[in-house]
Amino acid sequence: MASIRLDKVWKKFGTTEVIKGIDMSIREGEFIVLVGPSGCGKSTLLNLIAGLETLSGGEIFIGSDLVNDIPPKDRDIAMVFQSYALYPTKSVRDNMNFGMVTRHVPQSEQTVALAEVAGLLHIETLLDRKPGQLSGGQRQRVAMGRALVRKPAVFLFDEPLSNLDAKLRIEMRTEIKRLHQRLGKTIVYVTHDQIEAMTLASRIAVMDNGHIRQFGSPEDIYERPVDLFVAGFVGSPSMNLFKGRVVEQSGLRLQVDDPAGAVHFPIPRNLHDAARPYLGRELILGLRPEAMVREGAHRPGSETFSFDRTIDVVEPTGPDTLLVFTLGGIEAIGRVDPQDKISVGTKFRFDVDMGRAKMFDPVTGLHLASVH
Amino acid sequence: MTQPAPAGIVRPKGLRHRLMRILLFAVLGTFCLYYLLPLFIMMATSLKSLDEIRTGTLVSLPRQITFDAWLKAWGSACVGVRCDGLKPYMWNSVLMVVPAVAISTALGAVNGYALTKWRFPGANTIFALMLFGAFIPFQVVLLPMARTLGVLGLAGSVTGLILVHTVYGLAFTTLFFRNFFMGVSDGIVQAAKIDGAGFFGIFSQIVLPMALPAIVVTVIWQFTQIWNDFLFGVAFTVGDSNPVTVALNNVVNTSTGVKEYNVDMAAAIIAGLPTLLVYVLAGKYFVRGLAAGAVKG
Repeated sequence: MASIRLDKVWKKFGTTEVIKGIDMSIREGEFIVLVGPSGCGKSTLLNLIAGLETLSGGEIFIGSDLVNDIPPKDRDIAMVFQSYALYPTKSVRDNMNFGMVTRHVPQSEQTVALAEVAGLLHIETLLDRKPGQLSGGQRQRVAMGRALVRKPAVFLFDEPLSNLDAKLRIEMRTEIKRLHQRLGKTIVYVTHDQIEAMTLASRIAVMDNGHIRQFGSPEDIYERPVDLFVAGFVGSPSMNLFKGRVVEQSGLRLQVDDPAGAVHFPIPRNLHDAARPYLGRELILGLRPEAMVREGAHRPGSETFSFDRTIDVVEPTGPDTLLVFTLGGIEAIGRVDPQDKISVGTKFRFDVDMGRAKMFDPVTGLHLASVH
Repeated sequence: MTQPAPAGIVRPKGLRHRLMRILLFAVLGTFCLYYLLPLFIMMATSLKSLDEIRTGTLVSLPRQITFDAWLKAWGSACVGVRCDGLKPYMWNSVLMVVPAVAISTALGAVNGYALTKWRFPGANTIFALMLFGAFIPFQVVLLPMARTLGVLGLAGSVTGLILVHTVYGLAFTTLFFRNFFMGVSDGIVQAAKIDGAGFFGIFSQIVLPMALPAIVVTVIWQFTQIWNDFLFGVAFTVGDSNPVTVALNNVVNTSTGVKEYNVDMAAAIIAGLPTLLVYVLAGKYFVRGLAAGAVKG
């Protein structure tokens, strides 16, 4: 087990800057998920920690050791790759043993470690097969097994589940979480799937364009996004972001114009002070789909606000039904109970809990509360 | 690998389509004959006696099969003043082709591996320059190479010829292996790095075993090229160190005595047999290797 510390880490490929000065401190035993859109630098950052890429600047510590110039094999890490990267000409047993063989681990220890990990991952019966004879899920298990047998201080996962089908992905997700709870090792896990990030992480780092936009607990990331990027990236369907103008109309309100009639959302009380300087100017209102429900579905709170819209599309997902409507020039989505029968083209009255609303500065993109 | 079941072909019925198909197969059959006829004539002629060749026609089957011409071509035909047949020259060719193929294939494999999996600044430039070597005509290198061999003291020897073929073959072998390794996931090499293996450890234990199809393609290609080469052989060896292609030429072009067509034909077939044999033995990997990387799987 070990902590990891990144200090002003830079990575350039030629003139392209991929990682732009990242500072990060990972505690021992934490499960850190790096999440972001493709090209944001998350895999590069993982490769830098692994030592598969050289740093252009900054320092990386694993435990108390500065590892800038230490090759991957001596960093006490193991990595699971998106493509599994199993050695195709070797049996499962030899795949898992390879790291121990190159390190001259005694035969008896190899046998014990292999048996233990094979049991943990339920792959005892596959040991004599070649990777080509395994299914996707089995390959995934072997790839994890290969990482586990060496008992490294840090595990690095590079989108390990993205090649699996949906059902298997959820199973393996649970399994990875269980493994982490059981082994308590430090894990750095890269994914573009924000649901994986939310379910697995002790802390999530949302990355964009070589920067970390926000680094915090899943709850922080979801409930208190620092800016428009994080707000829009995390959550599925993503947060509705309405642009409107701040007006004084029986209290401070955000007027969102629309051909079907403007809607005046009351600005949440806790944001009044921050929003007042914007009077007459634009702000962006962020509402998660689940914050918009059928009128009367919940007991009205002190900040409940109601409005109606014509529904354009109805998308039943099973547990919820998504209602798509247009407001302020964007396609907005509300998440309602499947019992709330609704047909396309009719009016639907939404209750919005404004207490959960987020407000963003349209120029800086920052969340209003965090401006001050 | 399992072969998929033939799916059948949906085709239109009717007299016109049937006639077209008959025409199609007639054309294909003609082409087959066109390609097979020379081989047939060579085989038939090599099994005839000289008398029969003089009296019969070119395409007739031998009335009486005799292996005298084969025995003579192998053991006692005169190459210049030496009358030991092709046997010693076949041996020269084997001595040349085996190390030349082995060395050029091995170096090509390392080159391809380094150029794709341990990318360094300028790797593409180096590859482009090496590729350029594949397009240099033989004739251009003859004189500089002769000088080089002279300086190295290898002029006129089989060893010198091995060096020439190895150097000349590197461009091709590197190209083959580089293209094959391009299709091998970088993740496998990264995983092996993290597992603690080094440059040659990864090469010998992980990458090379995967490259069997590329090895077979390269070996067949190099074997055929080097075995069939005449120009380097005739330019850089003398008399007793001639490869079989040069000896064959000397047998056929001898200006003394009667023209023994049966011996010439037998000698030509003997000289060509090894390449045929290599293809038959490794051919299925050859086709598989050429298609490698085209389809994942």
